[in-house]
Amino acid sequence: MNVATHAPAPHKGAPDWLWYLGVPAAGVVLYLLYGQLVPIAEWVTALLPVARDSHTGEAIAFFVYDVPKVLLLLTGIVFVTGVLRSWFSPEKTRAILAGRREIWGYPLASLLGVLTPFCSCSSVPLFIGFVSAGIPLGVTFSFLIAGPMVGPVGLGLLYGLVGWEIATIYLVFGFTIATVAGLVMGRMRLERYLQDWVRELNAGPVGDLPDERLTLVDRLKIGLDQVREIVGRVWVWVLAGIGIGAAIHGYVPEAMMLRIMGGEAWWSVPAAVVVGVPMYTNAAGVIPIVEALLGKGAALGTTLAFMMSVIALSLPEMIILRQVLTLRLIAIFIAVVATGILATGFLFNAIL
Amino acid sequence: MKTVKVYGPGCKRCDATEAMIRDAAARLGVDVAVEKVTDAKSIAMAGVISTPGIAVDGRLVHAGGLPDAAKLDGWLAA
Repeated sequence: MNVATHAPAPHKGAPDWLWYLGVPAAGVVLYLLYGQLVPIAEWVTALLPVARDSHTGEAIAFFVYDVPKVLLLLTGIVFVTGVLRSWFSPEKTRAILAGRREIWGYPLASLLGVLTPFCSCSSVPLFIGFVSAGIPLGVTFSFLIAGPMVGPVGLGLLYGLVGWEIATIYLVFGFTIATVAGLVMGRMRLERYLQDWVRELNAGPVGDLPDERLTLVDRLKIGLDQVREIVGRVWVWVLAGIGIGAAIHGYVPEAMMLRIMGGEAWWSVPAAVVVGVPMYTNAAGVIPIVEALLGKGAALGTTLAFMMSVIALSLPEMIILRQVLTLRLIAIFIAVVATGILATGFLFNAIL
Repeated sequence: MKTVKVYGPGCKRCDATEAMIRDAAARLGVDVAVEKVTDAKSIAMAGVISTPGIAVDGRLVHAGGLPDAAKLDGWLAA
């Protein structure tokens, strides 16, 4: 489909009725395909000259099944999210959050962090724009943590690959960590640890953009555009993540997994957080690894800690934010979020 | 002569936006000077919080994501 490319003349491309017909039709086709993945994967694996129950056979079956499954899920989630997010923008979010010092500014910021479309490459202008509009620093942090941490891609894949129970736990705790971490940092009066120029900056009023009226077809186009942009960018990470997941699934003995990532070893939770920080991937890349870890008997708390650390504490993100935050503030940020992740990890290892 | 500023830290979409503007200007035969603003401070000062943002002759017309091709023609031709 080439309809969402930038047509030179206005209203060129597919007519509206084609969108109203095509999108549901594509949805049905993808859904039917999704239901047939097990037989397809078994059939492909059987074509290869390896024994199905060997280590290699297990790994290949995992890979062949997971690649189309993750890509299909990813396409669906990104499309739906793209359409839903077309009702939100950083500008609107800023207007909603501006001046909210009440306690419920924090959960509201976390919620908007999930719903507002923004790419990490614009997190610095966004940060400055928020802070200079009078949005408290803590509320801004809640927004910035929630965005990646409880992103729909991670949740949707968790739901499809691991199950709704764990997806729900992840949603509740990810949301809580974003809210509480922002609240704690808000109480710490960290404004003095911003870079000097940010504190002194009085950014201009947000540009008065004409309010864009989007039709439903416009929103569907945005969804499709997001699919091409995001799936086109992250598929490499997806393949890498599934490759690692397949290797774990096929080759790592369960006894070894229990020793390293089992609930008995208390140090496994902090270790999982430390290992997760420098790992730069996105939710789509890490969930297949999580799937394989849990399948081999890794403790839920340890695995959750690892996943949260990979997604929410990323080194490149810190380096970008270094432009506006002093090292001290970045250290506090990491410490507060890591504490929340550790608490979640220990809690689940203790109660399960 | 129109002055067009593209606000963005230099991500892929910012480059794509710049290319779109140059293409559209060439096609429409409009004389434009395209300037890229990549410094975070200047971006924020311009009131842009989602990038890429576009300003034509000092007036902000777009923020966040690639611009719509038809609208872009409109801004350049106006």
